[in-house]
Amino acid sequence: MTDQLSQPKAAPEARPTFTRTDVIHSSPNPRASAYVCEAVSCLSTKAHQILTGLGAEVADAGLTDVSVKRVGCLGLCAAGPLVKIPETGQIFERVTPETLSPIVAALSAVRSDSQPVASAPFFARQVRIATENSGRIDPESLEDFVAAGGYAGLRRALTTMTPAEVRDELVKSGLRGRGGAGYPTGLKWNTVAKADGSPKYVICNADEGDPGAFMDRNILESDPHRVVEGMAIAAYAVGASAGYVYCRGEYPLVVSRIRKAIRDASRAGYLGASVMDTQFTFELDIRLGAGAYVCGEETALIASIEGGRGQPKPRPPYPAVAGLWGRPTLINNVETLANVAPIIRNGGDWFASIGTASSKGTKVFAIAGRVVNTGIVEIPMGTTLREIVFDIGGGIVDGKAFKAVQTGGPAGGCVPAAFLDMPVDYESLLGVGSFMGSGGMIVMDETSCMVNVAKFFMDFMREESCGKCVPCRVGTNQLWMMLEQMTTGQSTLDDLDRLEKLAGMVQRTSLCGLGQGAPNPIFSTIRHFRDEYVAHIVDRVCPAGVCTMSETAVPA
Amino acid sequence: MSLARAIPPAPSDDQRWQTVETRMRRLGNRPDALIEALHSAQQAFGYIDAAALRYIGETLAVPPSKVYGVATFYHYFTLKPHGAHTCVVCTGTACYINGAYDILATIKESLGVEPGQTTADGHLSLLTGRCFGSCSLAPAAIVDGEVKDRIVAADLVEQLEQLERLER
Repeated sequence: MTDQLSQPKAAPEARPTFTRTDVIHSSPNPRASAYVCEAVSCLSTKAHQILTGLGAEVADAGLTDVSVKRVGCLGLCAAGPLVKIPETGQIFERVTPETLSPIVAALSAVRSDSQPVASAPFFARQVRIATENSGRIDPESLEDFVAAGGYAGLRRALTTMTPAEVRDELVKSGLRGRGGAGYPTGLKWNTVAKADGSPKYVICNADEGDPGAFMDRNILESDPHRVVEGMAIAAYAVGASAGYVYCRGEYPLVVSRIRKAIRDASRAGYLGASVMDTQFTFELDIRLGAGAYVCGEETALIASIEGGRGQPKPRPPYPAVAGLWGRPTLINNVETLANVAPIIRNGGDWFASIGTASSKGTKVFAIAGRVVNTGIVEIPMGTTLREIVFDIGGGIVDGKAFKAVQTGGPAGGCVPAAFLDMPVDYESLLGVGSFMGSGGMIVMDETSCMVNVAKFFMDFMREESCGKCVPCRVGTNQLWMMLEQMTTGQSTLDDLDRLEKLAGMVQRTSLCGLGQGAPNPIFSTIRHFRDEYVAHIVDRVCPAGVCTMSETAVPA
Repeated sequence: MSLARAIPPAPSDDQRWQTVETRMRRLGNRPDALIEALHSAQQAFGYIDAAALRYIGETLAVPPSKVYGVATFYHYFTLKPHGAHTCVVCTGTACYINGAYDILATIKESLGVEPGQTTADGHLSLLTGRCFGSCSLAPAAIVDGEVKDRIVAADLVEQLEQLERLER
């Protein structure tokens, strides 16, 4: 059965489709406003009906000084559809077409001196930089973005700074790549700027492949222009003249919003020839991924943009020196680029004042799994896991016991309860055998079996292995088979040693990050939950009650 | 290189070929437009058949081996048509933690169809997807393009059983 799980992803006719019309009840100087979340999660809970319905009810109530508008993600996806009244900070959860009247009543009650209500910890703990406009502006409106300070960073860079000054500011900010590895962004920009070759390219990696991660999707859905602006600033700083957004094909709403953002920005002179009437030229286009996890790796991503199979190449040469079409290419993740404009607007020192000694700024996390408040949060680096899971996340559902947080996607690891008070940054996660990754956090409770979790990730990796190098292609499959035997009670303790040895070999000898990272879930679960492995092997019992043991112990 | 390379005519006069042809022309009929062309063909027809592969390859001057290689490398592309209805169950991490595989087992038990298969009468195709990003509403599935969140296995089976019979 598992073989067939690698069958096609959502086929086109199975894609979620959303019809959107700009139904906005607007008022030139609104006394009050209602922000209706239209990110994909709320849309799937019928948020668009709420937007149109609320617009009609507000009009019926004769509230001419109230505006109703679509905004990007409000964050608390678990409680969607969400409506927010920004003047008072009130948030209405799980809104249905039948429960609109309290919102209309609250809108009529807003006065110019209304005091904001205290927000729940989920919102109060956040520091929003990359997501500063999410849930505030209409993601499809260039005017809204510009009114919120959009493209001011690009203007500042183009008209008052040299490319070297822009790069210096990035170096000073201490921003590190948000895609997972945490490479210093300023350093990467400097390498591309100094590389010989022309033209140079800038690529935004929006191939968010980690299952359980949806931060980049939310940023692009809620504020696509911010990423366009970040790319334009990056292009100016490194001397690039063209760029691509490489986006997952599974995110149709993101694709349509980026396409619109590129079109609108080109028309308004923020892209194309002579950007903002300067000498700077930047052409931007979008390319769709087609469901290959390995394409998140830089060289595989480039192969895919070039129209081929997404298979990685040995590095060096790094893409910064020889990337797309053999030219110097800068590849940054969505969230990294979303931080660029605020850094240029407010200065690198401002950004560096947030976060921990080695990890500056904030990180956007997607919290999901067995936790009450699932959704998107942006918090300063150094926030503890306990704050994230229990204060912001609201604890475990159904009052079950916390077991672990899985971070870093399929190449990441599981952090057990003993480290709940650890401040989260790049180094601390590495120290406990996990990985920052792109920011997905899956909370697990006592109903999860950690051996089964390791098997789940290995199943993912063996399907996603591109097949180019042997350690990854054969090794991930072999590791999966060994885990399959353990979860059915058909192993010995010798097999556990063999599992660790083979995992080490795959880690050391694979060509790219996929194979090198694939054994991490095994290492981390053995390190923190060895007793569960022993229970499966020796007692032939799954403590969490997930795995079904076979009739016979060990096959002859 | 000769200036005028012959661009083949579309395999049939089906209007949907126009979107594929336009997409390739916009990208200069260059070989690197291959993935974009496959996307537009799949969007237009629901799947990519042999005629589409040949037409795209000839238009972009990409050998058939590479066209086939790329089309089969990426999970997103499908070379055979689906049933009248499709149900894609997400098996991403958050959905896995929240019981996606139990849902697949229940569907198999009730409807006799495994992931990747279509029922014998062509009524329903069952697929799995790796994360639609609906993690906060896990477990999730997409039935005929509509996202269903916080699924209960029995309810989903009931919905699938009630899908309208379509002639195909």
